[in-house]
Amino acid sequence: MRLGVTTTVQDSGLLDALVADFERRSGRKVRASVQGTGAVLSLARRGDVDVVLVHEPAQELEFMRDGYGAQRVLVMYNDFVLVGPPGDPARVKGRTIVDAFRAIAESGATFISRGDRSGTDVTEKSIWARVGLRTRPPWYVESGVGQGQSLVVASERRGYMITDRGTFFGRSATLDLVLIVEPLPRLPNVYHAITLDPTKVPAADRVAADSFVAYLLSPGGQQLIGGFGRDRFGTPLFIPAAGLAEGSLP
Amino acid sequence: MELIFEGLREAVARILTLDRDLLEAASASLVTSGSATSLSVVTGVPLGAALGLGRFRGRGLLLALANTGMGLPPVAVGLFVAVFIWRSGPAGQLEWFCTRQAIITAQYLLAAPTIVGLTAVAVQSIDPMMRLQLTALGATRLQSIALLMRESRLLILTAVMAGFGAVISEIGASLMVGCNIKGDTRILTTAIALETSKGEFGAAFALAFVLLGIIFALNALTTWAQQRARPQ
Repeated sequence: MRLGVTTTVQDSGLLDALVADFERRSGRKVRASVQGTGAVLSLARRGDVDVVLVHEPAQELEFMRDGYGAQRVLVMYNDFVLVGPPGDPARVKGRTIVDAFRAIAESGATFISRGDRSGTDVTEKSIWARVGLRTRPPWYVESGVGQGQSLVVASERRGYMITDRGTFFGRSATLDLVLIVEPLPRLPNVYHAITLDPTKVPAADRVAADSFVAYLLSPGGQQLIGGFGRDRFGTPLFIPAAGLAEGSLP
Repeated sequence: MELIFEGLREAVARILTLDRDLLEAASASLVTSGSATSLSVVTGVPLGAALGLGRFRGRGLLLALANTGMGLPPVAVGLFVAVFIWRSGPAGQLEWFCTRQAIITAQYLLAAPTIVGLTAVAVQSIDPMMRLQLTALGATRLQSIALLMRESRLLILTAVMAGFGAVISEIGASLMVGCNIKGDTRILTTAIALETSKGEFGAAFALAFVLLGIIFALNALTTWAQQRARPQ
């Protein structure tokens, strides 16, 4: 089975656990292509994957509107947070997220952006749009790499960055970064699995895709997602959400 | 097929309009690989000549090391350079991670052994009779070396081009130590990988054509120099 999945799922460590468990239960082999949401959806349009697990609702809905998706189901979620260097040079702790971004821009502290149209990148840009930043000043660094490596860039360059909670806690042991702002209301980071429409994407293996989605939503799959990271980080990295409506998430 | 034609059309447009991102990546590639190759020439050509012509202890070992170095896996070099220059590493004070200096360091380690090894071969390939004649004619040691280098300059040029060609096409080490920072460490190869993964095939094609163009131009220049020097 060919899975298109975003870097946050891999860099948090969840992907390996999910794939191992699914392979053991189903006897199928999984080949995962790991890229940002935009790239994963373009793989899906071309029939290079059978099913996707992604986290950027606007691009997903466009994908569904264009008729490429068959079924889109909510799998799990966490939220986006602002992390930064331990000294908090721009003094943004305790602010709202928009105020924090404004203070970063005013102080000229380094800010790391993925710059790759991933779910994280789209979320970050939507906050900058609210601040009104339209130029690309020198302190705005586009890393051009996945979530895990971008956190390394932020850590090494003492920069601020928007990250999903899962990848941050999954990697925080080796990073010189701390949680700076936990936005309220939460900036949801919601993962959907999408199976592909057989007429639009005939190359996709629908049976394999359905069995993977059924696994993700099964009590076993949801339990693995909810328990992942609890032992090592003391807090779950992802919250299972099978059967919930997107609008009802806390 | 439509994807390919669409991509090619956009690529040509980007090249003709001198797209800013394209120029930035091309210049970053030329600066980093050019610097790494220059450093390799300054240090590697004398060392290679010494290894090829000299007779001293440890020469065999050094030659074997240079020859091994010609096949260094870029990702291994990237890993070693990265752990050295991370802030937690021994050279962390430099704060070189995600900088052009980091890319130049990694590319230097990749290019230098090639230039040392091939220079040694080049100076050794000169007819041993010529070396004897030079001594017989009373040339000083330095004069002999200068003349032998002059005689083997085309082979040394080939060695330099081989080194440059290897590092400008390299991605593994450069991405690991330089990251892929827009307008700074985003070189042609890392930009191609990023644009492809974003699904921006036009931009990726344009970058690839520029990379191929640079490599072709350099090889054409080398070939021209070689042919011009050939005795008629």
